[in-house]
Amino acid sequence: MTDGAATAVAFDQVSKSFGGKPVLRDVTFDVRPSEALCILGRSGTGKSVTLKLIISLLKPDRGKIWIEQDEITRLGTEELSRVRRKMGFLFQDAALFDSLTLYENLALPLMRLTGKSPEEADFLVDRVLRQVRLDCDKRKMPSELSGGMRKRAGLARALVLEPRILLADEPSSGLDRITASEIDELLLIQKAERKTALIIVTHDVRGARRVGDRIAILDQGKLVAYGTFAEVEQSQNEVARKLVAE
Amino acid sequence: MSGLANPLEIAGEVSRFGLGAVTDLFRRPFEGDQILRQLAEVGSKSLPLVVASGFALGAVLTLHTRSTLVTFGATAWIPTVQALAFFLEIGPLVTGLLVAGRVGSGIGAVLSNMRATEQIDALESLSIDSFKFLVVPRVVACTLALPLLTLFLDFSGLLGGFLSEYATSRLSFQLYIYQSFSSFQWSNFYPPTLKTAVFGFTIGTVSSFLGYTTNEGAQGVGRAATRSVVISSLLIILLDVLLIKFIFFIFPETAL
Repeated sequence: MTDGAATAVAFDQVSKSFGGKPVLRDVTFDVRPSEALCILGRSGTGKSVTLKLIISLLKPDRGKIWIEQDEITRLGTEELSRVRRKMGFLFQDAALFDSLTLYENLALPLMRLTGKSPEEADFLVDRVLRQVRLDCDKRKMPSELSGGMRKRAGLARALVLEPRILLADEPSSGLDRITASEIDELLLIQKAERKTALIIVTHDVRGARRVGDRIAILDQGKLVAYGTFAEVEQSQNEVARKLVAE
Repeated sequence: MSGLANPLEIAGEVSRFGLGAVTDLFRRPFEGDQILRQLAEVGSKSLPLVVASGFALGAVLTLHTRSTLVTFGATAWIPTVQALAFFLEIGPLVTGLLVAGRVGSGIGAVLSNMRATEQIDALESLSIDSFKFLVVPRVVACTLALPLLTLFLDFSGLLGGFLSEYATSRLSFQLYIYQSFSSFQWSNFYPPTLKTAVFGFTIGTVSSFLGYTTNEGAQGVGRAATRSVVISSLLIILLDVLLIKFIFFIFPETAL
């Protein structure tokens, strides 16, 4: 399917099941650098599982997953750790470490993985927090942040290691339309300025139209439509057409 | 047999989990900051509870002992009985159970909450070994803190006993201490104190296992906390019996 040379992420006939129940079935797609792919689908169709397979929090039962030149299903712990550093992950509820301040949440990966001095870490954390407009809140604990602020903080943590691939699980869920637009804007800036490949799982069709270059529709674990919005709107699959009709 | 298979399987998994914590302790990075943070959490924050419990137990035990020994005209033995009771058995066991209640439930709840809210996944996604970062420091902190907390409980028990005795007989502090340790040997002191390191390791391992491996979402948080306390406490009582036999075998002179 691919040698991974021109792609940021590629799935090749990937299947995954839990307790004998198939969640993904022979899914194949690829994402190029500085491209945004939005994955849409009804609840429980394997969208979040797809993201967790990409960052290797889960292993596929069958198939191959490429992250740039690395086929990750065969990698050991050390090599996997190296590949993961190319990626950032924005979790659905941000998953901030609740015993650490916002600053510590961002400084932790910098200090541990890059060996930056505290001064360098300070500089980088401040820069990313300014991007998401949370530089005045860095001493706050996650419990003191609102839903939108938590989401932006989660995005800041995902970006602090300057990933080449950004995975976002429902970046606009639970947010009002204005805050959701702000998150979309930050994702677009990331794609345009840093050439980051984005893979976004979302139910927000309007946001997907704004951010996504291509979309993939999952239904019952199968990729039923894949392409630009215009292409998916002409799809033979009824679920796909309904999902993008907004 | 099938009824036994599951508990045996779980026991095997917990043992492997604890062994993993020991081997990972000697693998870089060494997590010194996290170990100190957890030592403060397990040790310093448990200290008020341990000292207060020891003091109260010491005072109450002296009152009970006095009413019995007075019948035989043996009240002079009160400090000795008090010291032996605390250093040999009450101190280690009560400290173990108190820490299992306060710290075990905390570890179970914190880790299972981190699992439910994807914080453990977030660590892994950042290439941070979550087992080494979260579990190893907690197991090490419990193992190191228990013997120290036991000493605090032992001595606060003696202090409570002294004050109770002083209120009745006006016994001097110097004489109380002299009588407490007059028939005491080192072998009475360090094996029971050091056995609490095993209690600490058990609390850290069992509670971390139940919290770290839970997959029951938000509902699992309360369940992991409760199970951590119940299973840790039962294991401490069981281990206490086994370790006493072991100590008697290694140090026969301690079998008074």
